[in-house]
Amino acid sequence: MFTSELNLQARRRRIAFLFLAPTLTTLLCVTVWPLVRTIWFSFTDTTTSHLYEGHWIGFDNYLSLRTLASGKVVWKGTLVDPAWWNAVWNTLYFTILSLCFETTFGLIIALTLNTHFRGRNLLRTAILIPWVIPSIVSAKMWGWMLNDQFGIINDFLLNVGLIREKIAWTANFDTAMISVLFVDIWKTTPFMTLLILSGLQMIPPDIYEAACLDGVHPVKVFFHITLPLIWPTLFVAIIFRVLDALRMFDLVYILTPGSSATKTMSAVSRENMIDFDQFAYGAAQSTLLFLFLIFFVSIALQISKTKLLEE
Amino acid sequence: MMKQTFKNTAFYIFVAVLILFSVFPFYYAIITSFTHGGALFQVQYWPKHFDFINYKTIFSQDNFLLSLVNSLIVATITVICSLFLGITAAYALGRVTFYGRTLLLLSILAISMFPQVAILAGLFELIRFFALFNTRWALILSYTILSLPFTVWVLTIFMRSLPVEIEEAAIIDGATPWIIITHIFWPLLRPAVITTGLLSFIGAWNEFLFALTFIRSESLRTVPMAIAFISGASEHEIPWGIIMAASVVVTVPLIILVLFFQRRIIEGLVLGGVKG
Repeated sequence: MFTSELNLQARRRRIAFLFLAPTLTTLLCVTVWPLVRTIWFSFTDTTTSHLYEGHWIGFDNYLSLRTLASGKVVWKGTLVDPAWWNAVWNTLYFTILSLCFETTFGLIIALTLNTHFRGRNLLRTAILIPWVIPSIVSAKMWGWMLNDQFGIINDFLLNVGLIREKIAWTANFDTAMISVLFVDIWKTTPFMTLLILSGLQMIPPDIYEAACLDGVHPVKVFFHITLPLIWPTLFVAIIFRVLDALRMFDLVYILTPGSSATKTMSAVSRENMIDFDQFAYGAAQSTLLFLFLIFFVSIALQISKTKLLEE
Repeated sequence: MMKQTFKNTAFYIFVAVLILFSVFPFYYAIITSFTHGGALFQVQYWPKHFDFINYKTIFSQDNFLLSLVNSLIVATITVICSLFLGITAAYALGRVTFYGRTLLLLSILAISMFPQVAILAGLFELIRFFALFNTRWALILSYTILSLPFTVWVLTIFMRSLPVEIEEAAIIDGATPWIIITHIFWPLLRPAVITTGLLSFIGAWNEFLFALTFIRSESLRTVPMAIAFISGASEHEIPWGIIMAASVVVTVPLIILVLFFQRRIIEGLVLGGVKG
């Protein structure tokens, strides 16, 4: 009896590996291997048109130092490339601002949806619409609404008296990033809202009833009861959101094509890799982006660990 | 009493503004899509025109029709592939205990956090190597890996929540794991399958970066590409009416899915933390 049970367990384990094999092979071949190859390419001088003629050049794509005959020292590589640092700055700026706005609005809307009122289902359905619309379509729709000459936004703002003359929202250097942020906040707040709402719905209602009986002020209830209780959910939502914002691409590509005011790390890296025939250079930039993400995730995990230890 | 009424009114105004803000851009796209020529240059807040010419234009373009077909094929095969791989993997991860199971599951989840551009160079090489460049298979392959980690994650959580007893009887009767999956788990898994299938479909339908990189021929474009590349006679003559008509056509199926499967979609979104 005992041996047959053991056999059964062993057989199940063998079958488990058999069942896992297709997924693991796919993931290894199509994500892990390409990642390794990207990193490898970043140490070569491969071009897009000649993928197999690259040579190992070490860290030259990242940073290299050359002394000219005149004795002048020249630094080269992506780490001294102003276009790259501009993209890094754009990406960080976008990530931080979009995260702040989307988390705040997400919290407010989720708290609204967590109360009982007529039209609650309607609101929940309505906020799903920006989420489901393809980014490209959102970018085009807002591009049309933000159009300098015939756009409804300028028309509305002029009529209300908020602006004096029409603004080329997506083309102006100063307003391009605002436009991108605005559209992204419109599109992604629903995602934050629904994640936060799921956290709110896990809070047992009797906690609120007790606070209500004790006459605790709602603001105090929020900061002392609600926020600590939804913190784990909020934390996960923030991590997902930041990872997504750091690799942002489609919206800037369509809404503000080519604008240096909004070009993100993903956009610059892809442009070098595919459009400018600088395959290895773009690969180096995407490797840096990947390292950046790893750095962020390890910090986030560290924070969550210390939090857990405190409790 | 007065204060209460005021509070209620303010609350409903807030809700109304939220709803309006969420749906207005799509509403505006719809009314623009029925507007043609010079009428486009007069801002309209209420629908004034019902001109179907933009729709006639896009449906008479073979490439737009082809892009709908392409997106449908690519998204459907992506869903089938990721569900097949996802269910088999989730059975192993959710129902069988073995050493390193949690670590494996977390590694699979970590893969979904890779930025697409970080694997772009390697994937570009791989797709060239297997001569898949500029074919639908390039997209099916890359979209499957985008949705697979999330599919495995959600299905595993779901499989774990099912009681042990339902499997035991079948094991005693000598059923193979394949029979157990197809006859016992498949019917029970339906809600989770619908959720993950829908999100994979939406993801594949909306994806742009890989499509832009791996597809060259106009006849193989997916819908986001088709919309991105609609252009007029010159840079200053962007055909907004046509772009909006195409946008409405590719978005309506998604909105119908949202209306019918709202709960499933929200559930999946929350479990997987995915974004469209």
